[in-house]
Amino acid sequence: MPERPAEERALDFGEVALGYTLELARAEAARCIQCKNRPCVSGCPVGVPIPDFIRHIKEGEIQKALEVIKTANLLPAVCGRVCPQESQCEKVCTLSKKFGAVAIGRLERFAADYMAENPAAAEKAAEVKKTGKSVAIVGSGPAGLACAYDLARHGHQVKIYEALHAPGGVLFYGIPEFRLPKKIVASEIEKLKQVGVEITTNAVIGKLFSVDDLLAEHDACFICTGAGLPRFMEIEGEDLNGVYSANEFLTRVNLMRAYDFPEYDTPVETGLKIAVVGGGNVAMDAARTALRLARRASRERGLPSPKVYLVYRRSEDELPARKEEVHHAKDEGVIFETCSNPVRLIGENGRVRAVECVRMSVCEPDPLAEAPAVDASGRKKFRPIANSEYRIEADTVIMSIGTGANPLVPMDTPGLELNAKGYILAKDASGQTSRKGVYAGGDIVTGSATVISAMGAGRQAARAIDEYLKNKK
Amino acid sequence: MGAKILEKRIIREPDVYYYRLEAPLISRKAKPGQFVILRLHDKGERIPLSLADINPKDGTISLVVMAVGKTTAEMAGLKVGEQIQDLCGPLGLPTHIENAGRVVLVGGGFGAAPLYPMAKAFRDAGNYVTAVIGARSADLLIYEKELSETCNRVIVATDDGSKGVKGLVTSSLEQEIKENGAGLVVAVGPAPMMKAVCNTTKPFGVKTVVSLNAIMVDGTGMCGGCRVRVGGKTRFVCADGPEFDGHEVDWDCLMNRQKMYTGREKESFEAWKNRHKGLAEEGAAK
Ligand SMILES: Cc1cc2nc3c(=O)[nH]c(=O)nc-3n(C[C@H](O)[C@H](O)[C@H](O)COP(=O)(O)OP(=O)(O)OC[C@H]3O[C@@H](n4cnc5c(N)ncnc54)[C@H](O)[C@@H]3O)c2cc1C
Ligand SMILES: Cc1cc2nc3c(=O)[nH]c(=O)nc-3n(C[C@H](O)[C@H](O)[C@H](O)COP(=O)(O)OP(=O)(O)OC[C@H]3O[C@@H](n4cnc5c(N)ncnc54)[C@H](O)[C@@H]3O)c2cc1C
Ligand code: SF4
Ligand code: SF4
Ligand code: FES
Repeated sequence: MPERPAEERALDFGEVALGYTLELARAEAARCIQCKNRPCVSGCPVGVPIPDFIRHIKEGEIQKALEVIKTANLLPAVCGRVCPQESQCEKVCTLSKKFGAVAIGRLERFAADYMAENPAAAEKAAEVKKTGKSVAIVGSGPAGLACAYDLARHGHQVKIYEALHAPGGVLFYGIPEFRLPKKIVASEIEKLKQVGVEITTNAVIGKLFSVDDLLAEHDACFICTGAGLPRFMEIEGEDLNGVYSANEFLTRVNLMRAYDFPEYDTPVETGLKIAVVGGGNVAMDAARTALRLARRASRERGLPSPKVYLVYRRSEDELPARKEEVHHAKDEGVIFETCSNPVRLIGENGRVRAVECVRMSVCEPDPLAEAPAVDASGRKKFRPIANSEYRIEADTVIMSIGTGANPLVPMDTPGLELNAKGYILAKDASGQTSRKGVYAGGDIVTGSATVISAMGAGRQAARAIDEYLKNKK
Repeated sequence: MGAKILEKRIIREPDVYYYRLEAPLISRKAKPGQFVILRLHDKGERIPLSLADINPKDGTISLVVMAVGKTTAEMAGLKVGEQIQDLCGPLGLPTHIENAGRVVLVGGGFGAAPLYPMAKAFRDAGNYVTAVIGARSADLLIYEKELSETCNRVIVATDDGSKGVKGLVTSSLEQEIKENGAGLVVAVGPAPMMKAVCNTTKPFGVKTVVSLNAIMVDGTGMCGGCRVRVGGKTRFVCADGPEFDGHEVDWDCLMNRQKMYTGREKESFEAWKNRHKGLAEEGAAK
């Protein structure tokens, strides 16, 4: 897919991947050999009928293609951009080994973008018979949006309660503009409002209303509050100024638009030497965002060009981020400091100045054991090399080492069972919790996962809630 | 959800304002010690402000705000009838109200205002409530009248002796503890003052609760920006606080983190003042 050149895009927040033209899309679609056994479909967490939509694109019937996608995926413009396709649908595509997988995600994105730009004659939405039942949804990330959409289509009144002042969850405050333009998220939310979904912002459930308050007003409740509690390494110097969690850094930039400070009131500081700790998608987003801010600042003030380091304790092969994101980050100039782990942060006058790291090496497999030295996630284990401490100068450090479950809702909801890590316990895929009429899904059940799995959980919960409401007198 | 300003007045020249906002849902749930986060407009910052009064009957909450920078100064320019675009709350954990016998509330700066709803609650729980409030001089005191209505006793301390006892609140507090003892001390105000209060109460072994004012963004535990060290552990002020055991707080950590954006905030405030200079002069001329 065409991309903007790295030197150009690393100075602004415009989208990096430009998307297919109609011709390119049809040509890519023509590569699909329409496998009878449809391996790609089983690779997609929500089972998008991939060969069918691709066939429509090949034939130039883009609207039909989009309709097919939407039977399974309500947010194709989003998922086409941010799904880890290479480890899902595209990984198992028959062509992947010899010729390279069909670019399923890009085609999905194309269908959504093309129809947004060339809207078909508005079809009259089928009149939905109102059921008179209402459902409260807590959180407006992909799980909440998908659940709301499906419930509204079944004729239920839906009200979303969102803690922040803007809806969208991570799609809005976390994933940066250059990967997922905010106008796409806004248009999805607009569509929800058109089907009658109400959204109440600035409503923190567990504070303003309890889940029991919601159940007094609504017939059921879906909790999808995400995994938003940032973790820190608990090392010396983490409280110094200039040390951010990735959540705080990205929220300041995306939600509060700190990149337009002082036009916008919320500041963010990057300095010219930035170290991002971690190796996931969130770390890549933080590094690439920091790079853009710092490059712009250095240009404006005629300062030397900035350095952004990505400090990761294992080797490059173990990086959990998507390959594409790693490649983008490298092209744009992020310096990968792999096999390195911070042991303390060094400050000066209350502000961080350097990260002291120790080099890491892969653990040799235990000669007596059959299995290689791997951890619970199946990745190779690494251990610190003695006396290998060294320093990376940094005036900003962004900790991106994962998140945990936010306890606000559980704390205020008696009888809601949690697992050992504090995530809400769902009995099965429907998201049914230990409380009657209360369902949960997305990251608050699974821990940090993906947009598509959160969306899938929202849809499954919608099905279960619809069933529950039918039987509820 | 936003909120309409129903009442606004200046309670201390030139920079401390009282606001009463229409917020029926928040007023129903809010408890003393909690706070709200507001944002004035699309380009605005989210700033936390403590509840200075809670009125579920008429569906209002009150705030007392000291204009110290861009957002709070801009807020000072709002008029009765105007809307606060976003108002989110109640946030944080409420003050733990217990019967401790004698409770001493210590306020400095805007901090005297949030003591008001606490004073009511501590009295209702059967405590003898003393408030110690201080300022540089008599004309800088706030909330003396309100606190006199709810507390059993109010001790005023001014640096220049223009009212009450001459000296710092900590001297008055020390004397009060020596003479009458205290089961609990609660301090709200600037960090250096709360730190001094903790140093004063420590030798007496009196439990001291402080309300920390860390820099916040979301106020729900999502960003970690408000973190402070308490008892050697990382705690989030918005979700685990804002009140903590003052004897466990790492004050240097808090005060350093409060300074994180000092330069940038000045930049934003100056830019705003320049943009509004014309307007302000026009206003002054009228
Ligand atoms: C920076 C970043 C980059 C990512 N990149 C990718 C990617 O490329 N591809 C991918 O598939 N996934 C990615 N992810 C993961 C993906 O975004 C999440 O898995 C997904 O958003 C989870 O959806 P959700 O609906 O469960 O929760 P969220 O999107 O987290 O939304 C939860 C919402 O609930 C609100 N909320 C929380 N508590 C309350 C409360 N008490 N009351 C009311 N509302 C509340 C929150 O404010 C939020 O809006 C990324 C995540 C981050 C942070
Ligand atoms: C829980 C809590 C309760 C508070 N209650 C009150 C109150 O009742 N009355 C009152 O006048 N003030 C209160 N404050 C302080 C108030 O939030 C700050 O004065 C305000 O944010 C300043 O914003 P500004 O743009 O006007 O000034 P700025 O120039 O931006 O900042 C001035 C100083 O305020 C602090 N500050 C700045 N931004 C934030 C932020 N987003 N969050 C927290 N602090 C910040 C910083 O220490 C900064 O140096 C409270 C703070 C907290 C955390
Ligand atoms: S596996 Fe690949 S080639 Fe086969 S149908 Fe799916 S997308 Fe087409
Ligand atoms: S939703 Fe994601 S995994 Fe499924 S087909 Fe689309 S890009 Fe692939
Ligand atoms: S303000 Fe973000 S976690 Fe407290």
